[in-house]
Amino acid sequence: MTNIKMTVNGKSVSGEVPDETLLSEFLRENLRLTGTHVGCDTSQCGACVVHVNGKALKACTTLAASLEGAEVTTIEGLANGGELHPMQQAFNDNHGLQCGFCTPGMIMTSVDMVNRYKAEGKELTEEAIRDELEGNICRCTGYHNIVKSVEDAAAKM
Amino acid sequence: MYPTKYHKAASIDDAVAALNAGEDAKLLAGGQTLIAAMKQHLAAPSDLIDVRAIDGMSGVSADGDTLVIGAATTHAEVAGNADVQRLCPALAALAGGIGDPAVRYAGTIGGSIANNDPSADYPAGLLALGATIVTNTREIAADDFFEGLFTTALEDGEIITSVRVNAPKRAAYIKFRQPASLFALVGVFVADGAGGVRVAVTGAGEDGVFRHAGLEEALSADWASSAADSVSVDSDGLLSDIHGSAAYRANLIKVLTKRAVEAS
Repeated sequence: MTNIKMTVNGKSVSGEVPDETLLSEFLRENLRLTGTHVGCDTSQCGACVVHVNGKALKACTTLAASLEGAEVTTIEGLANGGELHPMQQAFNDNHGLQCGFCTPGMIMTSVDMVNRYKAEGKELTEEAIRDELEGNICRCTGYHNIVKSVEDAAAKM
Repeated sequence: MYPTKYHKAASIDDAVAALNAGEDAKLLAGGQTLIAAMKQHLAAPSDLIDVRAIDGMSGVSADGDTLVIGAATTHAEVAGNADVQRLCPALAALAGGIGDPAVRYAGTIGGSIANNDPSADYPAGLLALGATIVTNTREIAADDFFEGLFTTALEDGEIITSVRVNAPKRAAYIKFRQPASLFALVGVFVADGAGGVRVAVTGAGEDGVFRHAGLEEALSADWASSAADSVSVDSDGLLSDIHGSAAYRANLIKVLTKRAVEAS
């Protein structure tokens, strides 16, 4: 067992967990932050993506015990009070989801993507968005509206 | 996952001690293969020794034409590093094409080559570039390092600390992705450097990454995509599976070599 402390969505949290506990398990089961979804068992679907120290990682392929002192942001931490993050609003406006299962991971990946492209001064083309979403699988939308959502949000972020 | 014990190593000595003390201890870096394998019950190490916090294990430095890449440097860091982009853009591009963005933020060069997956990208790059793999005990030439499927020259208690690469005159890596997994069905890295022309192939060999003598000879004589036309690529010893027969892979080796030369 390891006693871990980290900051999740701006709040200091801690817990005593078995060493093999995944970050996705710690978030969902210990902290009851069930917005981080687990869609596969093979680290392929991206539904569990969260930000760790500012980078989008698969929570299902990260050990909680390795994140002592880390800053974690989940989908629950993205909105500013009652005001949705521009990426969340864009997914809403552009019908970027149907069942919504993949959406938390899509949004966390997309926020990281837009921030990174802006920081590097690179143009986020439609092709780049599709390429960047390689690790996020959606079984409903065919991706078109997801790409539109990211384009929309990128113009507003 | 089966129970395991997590250690954050503070130094190489600390990591070696923990490796030797554990019944079936394994090193952990980005975990993008190891943790995924543990979830599938394909691996059940008694102890995981995280080497990422050890001083000097990550980051890139350049000394003249030589790049030194710390073992725990992530794919995203290699892809985005100005020195790698300047001295060996083909290697930066290779790193930027591994997995997906989340994998690239976590996965490391040392982890990739220690695992030596037969479809991994880095083994082809390091073999073609004639890289040197530096461990806590010695230096190993890439030619001697990659021994077979998931097999390397690393001994018990040996830890990769960095990888040294000399800038080639020209180089490029092209992979043909298996459409579902996006792993390299075949990937070819061509390099023309101080050690001559080297062509390394991943994704295709039954024994993992390998160099192709015929293609190297042809490209040494003439660095042009047409030089590969007359080379025969044998399908013996190549993988054959649901995604592609050995003959298909043999053809891809030639096609990708030509594309890589054109891109270099």
